[in-house]
Amino acid sequence: MSISEFLADLTNPDLAFLPKALLIAVMSSVVCGVVGCYVVLRGMAFIGDAVAHAVFPGLAVAFVLQGSLVVGGAVAGVVTAVLVAVFSQNRRIKEDSVIGVFYVASFALGVVIISQAPGYAGSLQQFLFGSITGVPDEDLYTAAVTGLLLLAAVLLLHQQFVTVSLDRELARAVGLRVFWLDIALYVLVTVAIVISVRTIGNILVLALLVTPAATARLLTDRLGVMMLLAPAIGGSGAVVGLYLSWSYDLPVGGSIVLVLAGVFLAAWTFAPRHGLLARRWRRGGLEENPAPAGAV
Amino acid sequence: MSVLEVRGVTVGLGGRTVLRDIDLTLDLGDLTGLIGPNGAGKTTLLRSILGLVRVASGRVLVDGRPVRPRRSTVGYVPQRHEFAWDFPISVENAVMTGRTGRIGLLRRPGVEDWRAVAAALERVGMTDLARRPVGELSGGQRQRVLVARALALQPRVLLLDEPFTGLDLPTQELLTGLFQELAGEDKAVLMTTHDLLGALDTCTRIALLNRTIVADAPPSELLDPEPWMRAFGVGESSPLLKILKVM
Ligand SMILES: Nc1ncnc2c1ncn2[C@@H]1O[C@H](COP(=O)(O)OP(=O)(O)OP(=O)(O)O)[C@@H](O)[C@H]1O
Ligand SMILES: [Mg+2]
Repeated sequence: MSISEFLADLTNPDLAFLPKALLIAVMSSVVCGVVGCYVVLRGMAFIGDAVAHAVFPGLAVAFVLQGSLVVGGAVAGVVTAVLVAVFSQNRRIKEDSVIGVFYVASFALGVVIISQAPGYAGSLQQFLFGSITGVPDEDLYTAAVTGLLLLAAVLLLHQQFVTVSLDRELARAVGLRVFWLDIALYVLVTVAIVISVRTIGNILVLALLVTPAATARLLTDRLGVMMLLAPAIGGSGAVVGLYLSWSYDLPVGGSIVLVLAGVFLAAWTFAPRHGLLARRWRRGGLEENPAPAGAV
Repeated sequence: MSVLEVRGVTVGLGGRTVLRDIDLTLDLGDLTGLIGPNGAGKTTLLRSILGLVRVASGRVLVDGRPVRPRRSTVGYVPQRHEFAWDFPISVENAVMTGRTGRIGLLRRPGVEDWRAVAAALERVGMTDLARRPVGELSGGQRQRVLVARALALQPRVLLLDEPFTGLDLPTQELLTGLFQELAGEDKAVLMTTHDLLGALDTCTRIALLNRTIVADAPPSELLDPEPWMRAFGVGESSPLLKILKVM
């Protein structure tokens, strides 16, 4: 399918779900891209994974009761995020095992709950791998408003997040409330996931959080640039992925994630400073590094 | 004039007494070396001065008042490995994080904050590298970034935890020079170190710590091996004591 045909379909009133899907996919990617920067830099991808799984029973309950999926997912996710924060304060516990047991269990709970709904195989499939059809308008508004609130929160708390991520000990010494900032960050991660989970699917949403941010990290050493690049990469990946999915009748979550993974691989190979080729090149050539003459 | 007073501080961690009845006073202009074996409680003492561990009894006064982290005039330089050096951040922004507590919640750094950061970088001689990513610095430069981050608060008391670990001798000397200058600029500097010779040579005071303060005096008055044997739990034949003979 050509680009112009895709554009025609986007504006076709019979296919009204398509622009909505595009909108929500792009919003999800942008929000996840921004929050994902903290996730990648703090090496807390496991939290994203945990929350993505834990959101599931909330979605399932909302689905069975015909309530709002966003609200159901958010409640389950936030509860989880707070529990993770509480568990990981005590660094003597190996948190990954706790999380492993706990979250797979909540995922299982979701499966059991959703099996109570009629036609459950289809809905399970939707939850796991995402779907672009039938996004209600109110979900679109909820996602837009929460997304904006989330970006505003990031803007306001950025300095604090950076201070804690850089050095927890100093953050405490200068009087930051490290525990509450952790909770705030986990809640932001949860919200980003909940907004995205419906289009991208439960299993693949982690990629939206991690891949664009990791790609951006390869391309820059400046945090500000990284936090602009990651949503840009995520947003473009969503557009291209949705286009491919629509053209070749592929699952949308899978297409978006594969596009993002492709971009990551390209950056990993070709990135100007940290890429594979650049490193090879430098190792081959002369290192320009003047002798440290009394330099500390 | 004394700016920091530690009075009868006792700290328990995990059910054991880690610090017992610590008395320590820091005067402006002093460069005090805090010396003791591994596990003596040096880091814990610094952390209790900062209010980061709960003190079971006793108190810590800065300028005659209890410490409040957010308003504090105590600068802290934790050990270098606490810092995420792979974080994509420039030197100046890393130094700015020293002021985050003062900037406060929901606000961004202002003109005054940037001025303080510039002054701190100037002070440690890192102005030229202000925009360099922290990951591309040498060990000595990294240590100076951490000192600048502490100085960004314009503190009167500076606490340094093992600032020389992993640095070569010339770099250690340069940093020692910096710490001596800072002490000379109306600050009290307290640093933990395992470099006994260096400390005896450059500090104006030495505090020997092992769970409690074993001795606290100028280096010239600490040439008797007895307190060192007590602090380190070693016998008369220990090579450690040879250092004292060199002095
Ligand atoms: N969080 C903690 N819980 C329980 N015990 C602790 C804790 N932190 C430190 N300790 C104990 O307190 C004692 C003092 O530790 P501290 O880190 O203050 O020693 P140190 O003098 O700084 O040692 P080093 O030279 O190795 O840095 C040690 O015996 C240590 O095992
Ligand atoms: Mg220590």
